[in-house]
Amino acid sequence: MRNVLAIANKELKSYFASPIAYIVIGLFALFYGYFYAVYLQVFLRDSMSMSQMGASPQAMNVNQQMLRPVLQNVTVLLLFVLPAITMRSYAEERRSGTIELLLTSPVSDIEIVLGKFLGALGLYAVMMSVTLVHNGVLYFFGHPEWKPILTSYVGLLLLGGSFLSVGLFISTMTTNQIVAYISTFSTFLLLWVISWIGSFSTGMFTDVTAYLSIIEHFDDFTKGVIDTTHVIYYLSLITFGLFLTARSVDTERWRG
Amino acid sequence: MIEVQHLTKRYGRFTAVDDVSFRVERGEILGFLGPNGAGKTTTMRILTGYMPATEGKAIVAGFDVFDQPIEAKRRTGYLPETPPLYHDMTVQDYLTFVAKIKGVPTNERSSRIKSIMAKTRIDDVGSKLCARLSKGYKQRVGLAQALIHNPDVLILDEPTAGLDPKQIIETRQLIKDLAGDHTIILSTHILPEVSQTCQRIVIISKGRVVAVDTPDNLTARLRGTETMYVQIDAAGSNAVASLERVAGVTRVVESDRHNAVVGYEIESEQGRDIRRELARAVVTNGWGLLELRPMRMSLEDIFLSLTTEDAAQGQAAEETANA
Repeated sequence: MRNVLAIANKELKSYFASPIAYIVIGLFALFYGYFYAVYLQVFLRDSMSMSQMGASPQAMNVNQQMLRPVLQNVTVLLLFVLPAITMRSYAEERRSGTIELLLTSPVSDIEIVLGKFLGALGLYAVMMSVTLVHNGVLYFFGHPEWKPILTSYVGLLLLGGSFLSVGLFISTMTTNQIVAYISTFSTFLLLWVISWIGSFSTGMFTDVTAYLSIIEHFDDFTKGVIDTTHVIYYLSLITFGLFLTARSVDTERWRG
Repeated sequence: MIEVQHLTKRYGRFTAVDDVSFRVERGEILGFLGPNGAGKTTTMRILTGYMPATEGKAIVAGFDVFDQPIEAKRRTGYLPETPPLYHDMTVQDYLTFVAKIKGVPTNERSSRIKSIMAKTRIDDVGSKLCARLSKGYKQRVGLAQALIHNPDVLILDEPTAGLDPKQIIETRQLIKDLAGDHTIILSTHILPEVSQTCQRIVIISKGRVVAVDTPDNLTARLRGTETMYVQIDAAGSNAVASLERVAGVTRVVESDRHNAVVGYEIESEQGRDIRRELARAVVTNGWGLLELRPMRMSLEDIFLSLTTEDAAQGQAAEETANA
């Protein structure tokens, strides 16, 4: 565990020593602020027209009608941003030869993989903490329910973790960061849209593709529901991604 | 301390290391010598647990590198060909990180880092980013990294590559000072390096060990006939005939000529010192003696003869197989 933390700490530091952390967090903050502002306007306009029609303002739910669409946009944003976090993880270690240091240290492969994963997750958490500002302001002035917000964060953590573990795996297979970015992005996108093909029919095929789709599992979290089906889906995807990462590093050893 | 038995590494159909066996005793410096692509780095990578061998066994500090990799790695320091530095870290941070993952206890960490930085003379660049260091400093930080957990075994892959002559001498001295406390394997393709620093040499070519011995024995073993070099000023006279008449001389070859000054390579019977007779012959003939010295086979020659011999044999075997 001490090794895992040492590596995670090193990873996190190196993100902030390079421009990547700042670009990722900066862009995320920019777009998140933009989405937030737009949906706030939409929400205000809608509640205005509602009250003009004589309905009480309580009929509008800030969680459902504002935060949920914002979060759905955030997940799209993650599609673009997260590959940039993992693209260098292994690719950079292999390019600069530091992988030789890690693999010849008294540290197991699993510890290295977990350390790198936690480091990436740490950067993701820092990035997500930007949203606390918006939601904090909203909490004081808009009085949203805090429980759905909390479950949304749980969902975001699981969704992000899944993306990152897959991204980590892909970065073990190349020394080129651009290749790593594009492959990771494509894989995310595929995981995202896989349910579309099944949406024209019903039955087994639809169920399977819907289950595989990474985004189908997210929506319930924004509604304040923590469904074990979804939690298990994300946790197994994370485990699978990390398992593949460890295997891939090991294979690389044999191949040389 | 280190025992390598029948180590073989294949990449697909290509055999990088072929049935390599050798031993290194405690406190010894072993030189690993071979042309580029001979399998030096691959062997070292197997010993450090970076990659597994296809066949064979390697025991480092009493632990099998394949069965007990963590224990073996705890006792091994490794400097790869390119120092494995994180370019966005300062030297101090880098060494702290390495100390952590190499398992240096927390309370010893800072004193350990300090003493290693002094030993490798990098204490003046502690707060610099690794990316900003010169080649020489990078190499020394790499060495510091390998030493940080005070390993029993040190494996250095071309530790002096790319350094300037002064740094090379310093690094060699440092490595010599480290022997005794540590058992060291160093690889190089520079010959003077092994003869100056190593007690024993393993010469490897095309993945195979072609010789294991001390530098002196290797030189002696390959010196089949004794050869003298004589340079004389013998205007016009037939020096070759006169020299051949000297007792013990078997063959005289003219090697160079500048007007009247001629150089000869003179082979003699094994174990017979013909210097006195040669000098006397030169004087009695009235020539000027300008130079008289034994010609030793240098390590370069040994190396070339061993590695090319091996290649020639391989080629011959191939031809027979084809025919």
